[in-house]
Amino acid sequence: MTESAAGHRANKGLRIVCPNGHLGFAPLKTASFRLGLDVAPDLVCADSGSNDIGPVPLGSDGTASPLAWQTHDLEEMLLGARRLGVPMIIGSAGDTGANSRVDLFVGIIQELARKHKLAPFKLGYFYSEVDKERVRRAITSGDAVQGLDGRPDLTLAELDATDRIVGMAGVHPFIKLLDGGADVIIGGRSSDCAIFAAPAIRAGYPEALAYFYGKILECASFCAEPYGGKESVLGEITHDDIKVTAMFPGQRCTVASVAAHAMYERSNPFFEHFVGGHIDMGRCVYEQFDERTTRVTGPSYVPASEFRVKLEGSGKLGERYVGMVGIRDPYTIANVDAVIAWARAQAEERFGPPGLGSGPRSGQGYQLTYTVYGRDGIMGEMEPLRKTPGHELCVVVQGVAPTKAMAEELCMIGTRQMFYARLPNVRGTAGGVAFVLDEVLPASPAYRWTVNHTLRMTGPLELFPTHLIDVGA
Amino acid sequence: MKTVPLVDLAKTIRSKNAGVDKITFDIIFRERAAFDLVRKSGVVSKTAVARLLSIPQTRITDYVEFEPALAIKFTILRLLTSGSPGDGDIFGSQQYGPLLGVEVPVPG
Repeated sequence: MTESAAGHRANKGLRIVCPNGHLGFAPLKTASFRLGLDVAPDLVCADSGSNDIGPVPLGSDGTASPLAWQTHDLEEMLLGARRLGVPMIIGSAGDTGANSRVDLFVGIIQELARKHKLAPFKLGYFYSEVDKERVRRAITSGDAVQGLDGRPDLTLAELDATDRIVGMAGVHPFIKLLDGGADVIIGGRSSDCAIFAAPAIRAGYPEALAYFYGKILECASFCAEPYGGKESVLGEITHDDIKVTAMFPGQRCTVASVAAHAMYERSNPFFEHFVGGHIDMGRCVYEQFDERTTRVTGPSYVPASEFRVKLEGSGKLGERYVGMVGIRDPYTIANVDAVIAWARAQAEERFGPPGLGSGPRSGQGYQLTYTVYGRDGIMGEMEPLRKTPGHELCVVVQGVAPTKAMAEELCMIGTRQMFYARLPNVRGTAGGVAFVLDEVLPASPAYRWTVNHTLRMTGPLELFPTHLIDVGA
Repeated sequence: MKTVPLVDLAKTIRSKNAGVDKITFDIIFRERAAFDLVRKSGVVSKTAVARLLSIPQTRITDYVEFEPALAIKFTILRLLTSGSPGDGDIFGSQQYGPLLGVEVPVPG
């Protein structure tokens, strides 16, 4: 390795290696992580959650990641961190950061400590689930639970339709656990940047740089080029700047790749909000520091006047089955909407009008959806080419209803009746669609994001109870 | 005037969820000349992308030219929240396709 941010220097800042941007979703690449460990960083940190995976895992208290992959990454990080004697921090455990996912990760860490006979260490963890009654009190007392992204303030009806809520923790529970001597921290749902900002702020570095540091590191090698996920990156924060270096020999952190990452999966590239404030990245300056390292200066920190926490909530719509049909007849393709309308009408004849307004919770109502691949299955009404569909279509049918039995029958009607659709001029009278399977398949229950709001807290730790336990021999 | 498709001028053209209610689009260039050419051409202006995607401009919540990354970025509100039944793109990651073929007028 050449003289770089990754090399040992006399006046080093706080250095963090991040091996994965969504721990568990796909395994980290061990070779570049070990190169990161060779640099002897001050911490190893990773985020393990995302709301990109849709509302099902949070609502159903499940996961989108295989246990084997979660264990693999936690094992790599734990062994590396314990060998170096540096803290390891995980945020948003197990995709959703729900309490059950924190408990799962805590259990994995304990099991790994036994397996490898690790010397005793302190394991800190905190929860992020928010009791619906706490949210209800806010609404009924007139302390509006404010909608994000154009949503209206949260209503009691939407709250009642919600199964599980998590709050997005800031740096505070992480700092509290580090103050308590935690060697390993498993966090509930957390702002990605807080996982990295917490140790930096605790070590006395400026908030503006610390939060930006977290923003850049949280997706690991997504801030490097060429494109390639799950490789490690090394960050360093000083009182004047942050630097980020690609650990995978085939990647570099360039001005272009780091600046592009600063705007990744966010509405705009200028602001990052978290409990306690936001940073303004509008005047950041990016410089190529060495071949594989980019240096950034210039973010500013704007403290908030109150502690508002972002809430994520998911509510069940019903049980779900999925069906699939193919269509090749050009006339049927041109009239696929009429085919769908026919099938919908048959479902309505059997179950009455659709609608989940009052919803499965009241034991009534259903939803039947059609996704027409080959026409506009991916982009829907935004598809510019929807008037010129392909020569064959695949239609995916989803039936959502209060019970599995009804969902199965609903989906079967919605799928099979496409076969019997009565188009006036169809030449093929022996079946209007092609089946790849003459059945409908059980799927995960359907959920929707009911909560994307902010709640005023009494303090930054109110909703994030922390725990500290001893692990190891 | 001669034109070239945007895919030949941009390094990265992508879409992705920005939270559960929005999808954000990034068009990133390798050279400043291409960035300047495209932004001055207006072919991916707020008005132009609204027309391309057949959406009202009110659904575009953010539209910025981000100099440090040589990027044009805009964000739209979803009609269907990510992962609700019938949503065809839970991650919002395949919404950029129509941008690739946008024709950009080039000098000469």
